[in-house]
Amino acid sequence: MNKMNQNPCLEVNIAGVTWKNPVTVASGTFASGAEYTDFVDLNRLGAVTTKGVASIPWAGNPTPRVAETHSGMMNAVGLQNPGIDLFCKRDIPFLRQFDTKIVVNVCGKSEEDYCETVERLAGEDVDMLEINISCPNVKEGGIAFGQNPKAAEEITRAVKRYAKQPVIMKLSPNVTDIGEMARAVEAGGADAVSLINTITGMKIDINRRKFLLANRTGGLSGPAIHPVAVRMVYEAARAVKLPIIGMGGIFSAEDAIEMILAGATAVSVGTANFHNPSVTMEIVDGIEAYMRKYGFGTVGEMVGIVE
Amino acid sequence: MGERKRETAVVVSQEEIADGIFSMRIRTDAAENAAPGQFISMYTNDPSKLLPRPISICEIEKENRVLRVVYRVTGEKTGTELFSRMKEGDTLPIIAPLGNGFPLDRAEGKTAFLIGGGIGVPPILELAKQLHCKKQIVAGYRDSQTFLRREFEQNGELYISTEDGSVGTKGNVLDAIRENNLRADIIYACGPTPMLRAIKKYAGEEKVECYLSLEERMACGIGACLACVCRTMEKDSHSNVNNKRICKDGPVFLSTEVEI
Repeated sequence: MNKMNQNPCLEVNIAGVTWKNPVTVASGTFASGAEYTDFVDLNRLGAVTTKGVASIPWAGNPTPRVAETHSGMMNAVGLQNPGIDLFCKRDIPFLRQFDTKIVVNVCGKSEEDYCETVERLAGEDVDMLEINISCPNVKEGGIAFGQNPKAAEEITRAVKRYAKQPVIMKLSPNVTDIGEMARAVEAGGADAVSLINTITGMKIDINRRKFLLANRTGGLSGPAIHPVAVRMVYEAARAVKLPIIGMGGIFSAEDAIEMILAGATAVSVGTANFHNPSVTMEIVDGIEAYMRKYGFGTVGEMVGIVE
Repeated sequence: MGERKRETAVVVSQEEIADGIFSMRIRTDAAENAAPGQFISMYTNDPSKLLPRPISICEIEKENRVLRVVYRVTGEKTGTELFSRMKEGDTLPIIAPLGNGFPLDRAEGKTAFLIGGGIGVPPILELAKQLHCKKQIVAGYRDSQTFLRREFEQNGELYISTEDGSVGTKGNVLDAIRENNLRADIIYACGPTPMLRAIKKYAGEEKVECYLSLEERMACGIGACLACVCRTMEKDSHSNVNNKRICKDGPVFLSTEVEI
């Protein structure tokens, strides 16, 4: 530990890319950032992780797409996105105006879909790719790749053939052994892993005796899933050498620090943005305050040190 | 960083104006820029309820920095029930004003229908106060609890429909329009989807310009999460599919641009 009076360094290095701090946003909760500029100084985020983008526009699921649950929410948006062409033309130049790293989340329905988008992004000015093989809300929205270690390894290998930027594989919690999934994508050549995506759930309106979501099932997120996410980050960190971006129900700096102590090098804030659109700024400040309080000089000194 | 923020509003007054229908006035800087048809993301103080409740603005008192909302308690242990228990001096987090309101300038020199149904009635009040044209307000209620009636009578010609026939025309708002042989050159409406669907059809048949305020379950309220979309006739330039965001692109839409 460094001396208490030193300014802590919040920089982290994920697969060769330096972020100014360990805080990004979870894909799908932040669009490409434009809607949040009233509430967040994008220059103060380690990275912006974009909403998932596919090779062509997707219309998403019917509504209702969200439902609140106790200390959580469920969504079944269904990866609505404008397609890679408009994304490259509009969203990348927008984000490039800010001093933050750009992580583009990529979704697809087939290996070809993923590879086409990744190949297209190879020529674009973005910093990292996050491959969504874990969306529970679209039949072929990647979950087919995210629940089978062999398929996860293969899609990772396929994507890596086309990728020019470091590849983060985003893992699903809807598996028996998260360590096995992390090892599979590591074997496929992943540069980092992020976890957890949402946990598949269901909510029923007992007065109308109907499903609350048009899709019937949805992905549960929010504080309700945070302990599950911390446990899975811990297990993944012990299974692989790859850097981990931890997410799942982070609502405060304390939640983020738990994730780092469990083994995450960086964290993503998702559902909390809906509760307080400025929350990421408070989390960056809170991590710095914690480091000062306990005399940590770098974030790296805290990663995975829980005992 | 820009103008809007998540701020703490203070409850100025609260009363139950019909069974389960509450009127709350809150002090907020957002009153300065608010317009009729916009909404407020209201958060409860219960940390287990994460999402804001989108509630339409019923009245704007710029000089007092006050916004009034009239809302229905949707059930036991709901966020709206928590709101209904709040008293003068209590505080709650809000983001406001959100969305695009009713286009007032379109009504200039015309005769307008201002139609509200059920808990879609309240936003029609501020619209009625700010529109300066010939106004025919048509308010649809379930029964004789015709909340906001007096305020409407002071701001235009009022026609009422009730499902049980206890006040005004028995039936719905379109029944009231037909029974009273009313006509208009422009329509503004807010209410349940079946009502809006019928008004959209009516406006199409009568070839009247028509603006509908839509509702859908929301998460972020600021256009990021894509939860509250509606189907559009044409491909939307932002989403690049036939979808618009009700919170950000709406909640008020031209009837001919949306499929409901």
